[in-house]
Amino acid sequence: MSVFDGLKFRKVYSPIHNLDPRMKFVYVCVVFVVAILFNQLLVLLALFLMPIPFVLVAGVQKEWLRSLRGAAFLATFIFIVNIASNYFTSGYVLAIIDVESAIAMTLRFVVLVASFSVFFLTTSPDHLGLALEQIHIPYEFAFAFTTAVRFVPVLAEEAQTIMDAQKARGLELEKGGFLKRIRNYIPILIPLIVSAIRRSLELAEAMESRAWGATKNRTNLYELRLHRGDFILLAISLLVLTVAIYLRLYVSVPMISQIMF
Amino acid sequence: MIEVENVSFSYPNNIEALKDASLLINDGEFVAIMGQNGAGKTTLVKHFNGLLKPSKGIVRIDHVETTKTSVAALAKDSGFVFQNPDHQLFSETVEEEIAFALKNFGFEKDIIEKRITWSLNLLGLSQYRKTSPFLLSGGERKRVALASVLAWNPKTLILDEPTIGQDHRQKENLRQFIIQMQTQKKTVVIVTHDVEFVAECNPRVLLMKDGTIVADGEGKEILTNPELLNQSSIVLPQIAKIFHSLSSYGLPKNVIDLYEAKNILLKVLEERK
Repeated sequence: MSVFDGLKFRKVYSPIHNLDPRMKFVYVCVVFVVAILFNQLLVLLALFLMPIPFVLVAGVQKEWLRSLRGAAFLATFIFIVNIASNYFTSGYVLAIIDVESAIAMTLRFVVLVASFSVFFLTTSPDHLGLALEQIHIPYEFAFAFTTAVRFVPVLAEEAQTIMDAQKARGLELEKGGFLKRIRNYIPILIPLIVSAIRRSLELAEAMESRAWGATKNRTNLYELRLHRGDFILLAISLLVLTVAIYLRLYVSVPMISQIMF
Repeated sequence: MIEVENVSFSYPNNIEALKDASLLINDGEFVAIMGQNGAGKTTLVKHFNGLLKPSKGIVRIDHVETTKTSVAALAKDSGFVFQNPDHQLFSETVEEEIAFALKNFGFEKDIIEKRITWSLNLLGLSQYRKTSPFLLSGGERKRVALASVLAWNPKTLILDEPTIGQDHRQKENLRQFIIQMQTQKKTVVIVTHDVEFVAECNPRVLLMKDGTIVADGEGKEILTNPELLNQSSIVLPQIAKIFHSLSSYGLPKNVIDLYEAKNILLKVLEERK
């Protein structure tokens, strides 16, 4: 569940939390695009360092590091697969450059986790919903999205309780061969799904009894307005994107191993 | 025997749910653990079958430290019935639901059959043997969950909030059932804030607050102490309330039992004649 922890919003206030979610999302998308554009370690390292000031200002270091730790397993997997495929395709030799490109691929994944994690850690589901609404996504979809995000931690907690309840009835999750282990999860998944469906039906009834969808033009208690900080962030994002596209088209970024050796 | 020695427990989010708790529950005892939400009641009882292991201190079940054995091994002696039956029901029929734990513990087929029949009878569920547990009412699902634990005949029975969602008759059935367990020398631990139910059962009461055990003793003493109960946001049982407000007439304050209350009042009334 540690990956989910990295996406869990906690109510605190910082300049980063107060930024407009739309602008933050633009920034995250820029990082995403740049990470895909380049496969050079140098650029990816720079991208990896970019969210760190945001993390520090927002004061979410602990949660952020936890989400990185949660990604460690998958990152290791990506690294091994890359190394292995480089090794086999280049005729059973491993050059430094291959190792570097494997590290770069791994770092690309880490960069994505790192920046999305900052986004979710500093954006409340409410703000996210507002942002979706204000870019004219139908309210039904915006609501479905924010509800889904909001219920992730609830479901994670429920899964833990169900696991405890079944363990108390002698279920041993780690026991048996591969197939048996998968089957071991049936007593966990069925109650989890059943209660999620039941919960969603209850939620729907509760919402309808509070006049969900009664009028076409819903009003909002809060509205998102762009402030100076938001424009600065937008400017930074666009600058990064422009520089990245320029670099990609006209400059060949060297590999670190080429500079050093 | 359940021994808890200076146990502290913190959840991964650093919330300390138990602080230096110590207690001893002997075989055959009936204990009610009370306290407001978040007092650490469920955290404490989850130590009794090893679902949680203490961060500090020692928990021993029949002289075996819980850190040195598995939940499955401990569960065989400590049956734990969770608060919400929907967190454990998953089978197609009630029968299979009850067989689940028995199969996990490796019972023989004919014994499983016998145990299913026995536990369904005990809880009045025999007619639902082939029904899907999802089609039953809330109270019935709760009884299926209880039957599914009872089926392997554990030495200790831990019930988390057994009275929630039960009507008065079901509560009375539950009380009778606990009495029956007592005659079989079983240890029964219930976690509850149903003060009237506890008053009727009159077990040993453990009062918890903010992760510590603030009182441990006879129900009759603890449930009639308004200062103590107030700390844990529990109100006096109705009978105790009446006797408290009548104390200026020279009536005793520490009464929670209906039968005892009736006798005291009858005596007063007869003296008046």
